[in-house]
Amino acid sequence: MRVIFALLAGVLMGLGLAVSGMMNPAKVLGFLDLAGAWDPTLLLVMGGALATTWIGYRLTFRRTAPLFAAQFSLPTRQDIDAPLIVGAALFGAGWGLVGLCPGPAIAALTSLRTEALVFVAAMAIGMVLTKHIVQGRPSPKDTGLPAE
Amino acid sequence: MATEFTPLAGLIGGLLIGLSAVVLMLGCGRIAGNSGIFAGLLARAPRSETTWRAAFIVGILIGTTLAVEAGLYSAGPLLFPPALVTVAGGGILVGIGTQLGSGCTSGHGVCGLARLSTRSLTATATFMVVAIAVVFVLRHVI
Repeated sequence: MRVIFALLAGVLMGLGLAVSGMMNPAKVLGFLDLAGAWDPTLLLVMGGALATTWIGYRLTFRRTAPLFAAQFSLPTRQDIDAPLIVGAALFGAGWGLVGLCPGPAIAALTSLRTEALVFVAAMAIGMVLTKHIVQGRPSPKDTGLPAE
Repeated sequence: MATEFTPLAGLIGGLLIGLSAVVLMLGCGRIAGNSGIFAGLLARAPRSETTWRAAFIVGILIGTTLAVEAGLYSAGPLLFPPALVTVAGGGILVGIGTQLGSGCTSGHGVCGLARLSTRSLTATATFMVVAIAVVFVLRHVI
């Protein structure tokens, strides 16, 4: 059942990324281009997603555990450290350069466009390199909890 | 290059993304962070950690295909930077950045903000400002 719920959540994510238009990099860049012909769509995507999640999480966390897992796996760290800021800045640079973040990039794979395949392959390489080289030593982050 | 403002499609898409986050938390107790879920598949891990992640990623591909086939995608042909090296460079930056910064638009920007996490608020503000600055330089300075 846990896998069914994960699959269902993925389907909803894919539907949302496609319906919102966010899997098209042009749409995202249109939002990020404040000084150009600004397209505020992403604001409504984020707003709609955030409001739904905010309400849904509050209802969900009334339970002591998820339906099909022993406990909620939530990040516990609260410190603002350099990797968080530097990482977010590098991510922002790549996002602004192409107009794709991880979710829409995976969704864009269904177009079978070479660019989507290259982007996701490069993203995977970047993730693996970082994990092995930068984060090679054990850190407080390796608590078995998922990255956000 | 300019795209049309599509408020209704944006709002409905956003509701679906939020619903995805709620379903994953309610069912599996996990944050719906696309970068973290994808990255978790690239490492050697026990099956209990990989099966649900693979199911989620396959779900994204199914959901996207369903929406496109049903005519619910209306944002036109995907537009990428003309040079493949730019696409690859952006991908590497996104991979390094999301791994180092523990998340992306979904994990920090949606799930983290909904949990009122200061780390996520900091990360979201940072990647938003940097992305806006990069687009400004690329489109209006260079």
